[in-house]
Amino acid sequence: MNLTFAILAALTVVSAIAAMSLRNLVHCALCVAVTFGGLAALYLKLGAPFVGWAQVLIYVGAVAILIVFAILLTRSDAPAQPVVSKSWVAGIAVALLVFGVLTRAVMTSEITIQQPPAKPEPTVLKIGTELMTRYVLPLEATGLLLTAATIGAVIIALQEPVSKRKNVAGSSNTEQAGGASPAPNPPIPGGHV
Amino acid sequence: MTPLPAYLLLSSLLFSIGLAGALTRRNAILVLLGIELMLNAANLNFIAFWRYGMEPEAITGIMFVIFSIAVAAAEAAVGLALIISIYRHYKTVNLDKVDELKG
Repeated sequence: MNLTFAILAALTVVSAIAAMSLRNLVHCALCVAVTFGGLAALYLKLGAPFVGWAQVLIYVGAVAILIVFAILLTRSDAPAQPVVSKSWVAGIAVALLVFGVLTRAVMTSEITIQQPPAKPEPTVLKIGTELMTRYVLPLEATGLLLTAATIGAVIIALQEPVSKRKNVAGSSNTEQAGGASPAPNPPIPGGHV
Repeated sequence: MTPLPAYLLLSSLLFSIGLAGALTRRNAILVLLGIELMLNAANLNFIAFWRYGMEPEAITGIMFVIFSIAVAAAEAAVGLALIISIYRHYKTVNLDKVDELKG
């Protein structure tokens, strides 16, 4: 086990633990960005530069920013509460159990290859050729999935129409709408997006 | 060169940390982050097995990770949109309070 791996593994694990245990949500998002960066460095070390840079672009670039925006949009000024749920002992126990089982499985398996075979060259050219020939159907399906996810995310996060909201939200809005003519733009609770 | 079990142990440790976070945190965004950590641990396993496997010329592991990253990005977008929608409805993202489906 060489030094680079030890440093990267320690960085990744420590930032992952911090991301899951810190109280401030923004700190959690920053720590998880560090975790993603450490994983990208591990991919680079393993000889997969395309995946490493894709990880940097997508996770450190896009997903972390998305999470920060979600944290900002869902910030509430409620009084501080315990960050963990009531059944945290069971959750930790299950996680430790899973880790024990995985560790035992890794340690008792017959992985005898200590040295990897000759360093392969997964060039971007080869990846692109495979994507366009052998994996063209999954590629198309992924494109369809991404399109559907984009449209779905916009529709889910979109503001509900006012007329529909009156029926759903009930008490708070029906009083305002009870007048002779409904206000053209009644205040919507929580709709500050 | 680092032996393969080191990568596997690191990956299982990351998976367990993500699982613990997803099971114990009350904030829905943190639960989603835990799920992302678990997905990343699986990706690390794919890359490690591809690198130490018998046929690194077949880039199946890399392909799987590329598709996995794309699907995880879509999942994060939809999940965060759902959380924002939940917040608008309940005024909270505390998962202990969002329990209307509770029997």
